[in-house]
Amino acid sequence: MPQTLTPPAAAQAPVPGASPDPELRALAERHGLTVSGARPSLPEYTRQLWQRRHFITAFATAKVTATYTTAKLGQLWQVLTPLLNAAVYYLIFGVLLGTKNNVPDYIPFLVTGVFVFTFLQNSVLTGTRAISGNLGLVRALHFPRACLPVSFCLAQLQQLLFSMGVLMAILLSFGQLPTWSWLLVVPALTLQFVFNTGLAMVMARLGARTPDLAQLMPFILRTWMYASGVMFSISRILQGRHLPKAVEILLNGNPAAVYIDLMRFALIDSFTHEQLPPHVWAFAGGWALLAGAVGFVYFWKAEERYGRG
Amino acid sequence: MAEHKSTGRDGRTDTDRPPQAAGDPVPTVIADNLHIVYRVYGTGAGKGGATAALNRIIRRRPATGVREVHAVKGVSFTACRGESIGLIGSNGSGKSTLLKAVAGLLPAESGKVYTHGQPSLLGVNAAMMNDLTGEKNVVLGGLAMGMSREQIRERYDGIVDFSGIQEKGDFISLPMRTYSSGMAARLRFSIAAAKDHDVLMIDEALATGDRAFQKRSEARIRELRQEAGTVFLVSHNNKSIRDTCTRVLWLEKGELVMDGPTEEVVAAYEAHQ
Repeated sequence: MPQTLTPPAAAQAPVPGASPDPELRALAERHGLTVSGARPSLPEYTRQLWQRRHFITAFATAKVTATYTTAKLGQLWQVLTPLLNAAVYYLIFGVLLGTKNNVPDYIPFLVTGVFVFTFLQNSVLTGTRAISGNLGLVRALHFPRACLPVSFCLAQLQQLLFSMGVLMAILLSFGQLPTWSWLLVVPALTLQFVFNTGLAMVMARLGARTPDLAQLMPFILRTWMYASGVMFSISRILQGRHLPKAVEILLNGNPAAVYIDLMRFALIDSFTHEQLPPHVWAFAGGWALLAGAVGFVYFWKAEERYGRG
Repeated sequence: MAEHKSTGRDGRTDTDRPPQAAGDPVPTVIADNLHIVYRVYGTGAGKGGATAALNRIIRRRPATGVREVHAVKGVSFTACRGESIGLIGSNGSGKSTLLKAVAGLLPAESGKVYTHGQPSLLGVNAAMMNDLTGEKNVVLGGLAMGMSREQIRERYDGIVDFSGIQEKGDFISLPMRTYSSGMAARLRFSIAAAKDHDVLMIDEALATGDRAFQKRSEARIRELRQEAGTVFLVSHNNKSIRDTCTRVLWLEKGELVMDGPTEEVVAAYEAHQ
């Protein structure tokens, strides 16, 4: 029989937190029903994320290809963009200003710094908008939300790999022949990717709650870039100066500077071991571990709240 | 028998409806006194100018921008395996919000939703990547729903055939931004319907398709239901509700007005209009 229901008492005086019906709960339990949209445990969440690994990679590739799909030259821009970037820096710093800052191989030095920092910068920027810019997807489909920041960072990694190809071509044209040290690129990039992803997940959660951050981040990142020795050599600046120890540690321990220096060390012959700050691999590994673990747990903690409102 | 106990205690679900699967109602979705409150930012004070915002910050009146919308007010129901449930009500009555909460996409303010497995929601604006080809969207959509690459490969042809977007030429290899809204909606429905869902919720997705496609999707909904799933359907088309649903929930202003067999609830709803 159909019946016109009098709405439950709580509906008339909408008291959030009204007691749930114990009978319905018992019924749900008896049939093995679970609360919809509840946050899974951390191991379960990790397992779900691993299950969607194909989605993560496919989404990343899709994002990269979609960026250039309206351009007439299409995917050629993946190589052209870093090439033009390098050309602009060469024009300004190499030709117009003639700055070498007493750094040998200044152009490869500069371009390496720019590419590595751009990877970090774009990972953080897209991470900030990973949830707030994809609310449609978040509200339409159910998947571990961490897929999004991870996927965006993977897309940035793909872009960087194209840039690295360009960079290596530039290096060859500057007479740098490939050496075994080029293989160090792999661990350096892996650690930086973990660091970037961790940071992107922190930013994704913050950005999901406060979308204003997307406006603010470019300024913070630019400040960070100037402090990270992208255009100058930190070790040269520190030489023969008596800065407070804390400032020195801060400059050398800065994760962006650490990853940039490692990449330069791997690729540029004249960038030798002496120019690396002490314990640089320990810093690189430590930052990656710290950011990765903290970022993942911090992001997971708000899993059930993404996409609200 | 166990199933009889569960039938007896819930007065609303035990109405005998012929199309029910094998007699014993196994609940798949239970909503227990569910309240949903949206918080909307940036509506306050009306004037959105920079000076107004600055003025607000200087005078330390932070809360003006937040408005609460109480979209669903204490809804309870139990849905069972093999049921297909229509949701009707005027625009803004909370139908879509209710579905989102059941899917776990919107957190409840109070009350709870219990579900069997992970319900899937198919909405009109379910995001697809418009710059990618239909082909890539099929793969991406399938992966996002948790299908494996092999499953997608197996069902790919079925999905494309079902959507019928190849009937007018080779559209599947074109970017989705070139599709008409009807074509995009059809492809989205086909992707979502390719997976076997315990609970599938469809939010007005059928309204955009042409008559032939609507017929196909209604058949698919019946099929999903027979595969012991539960289907929810939001629609303003009373005919498609009558054709596909066994039970109807009528929502008005976030409250459940009526819950019962399709014919009676739809008739009451039409009389009310």
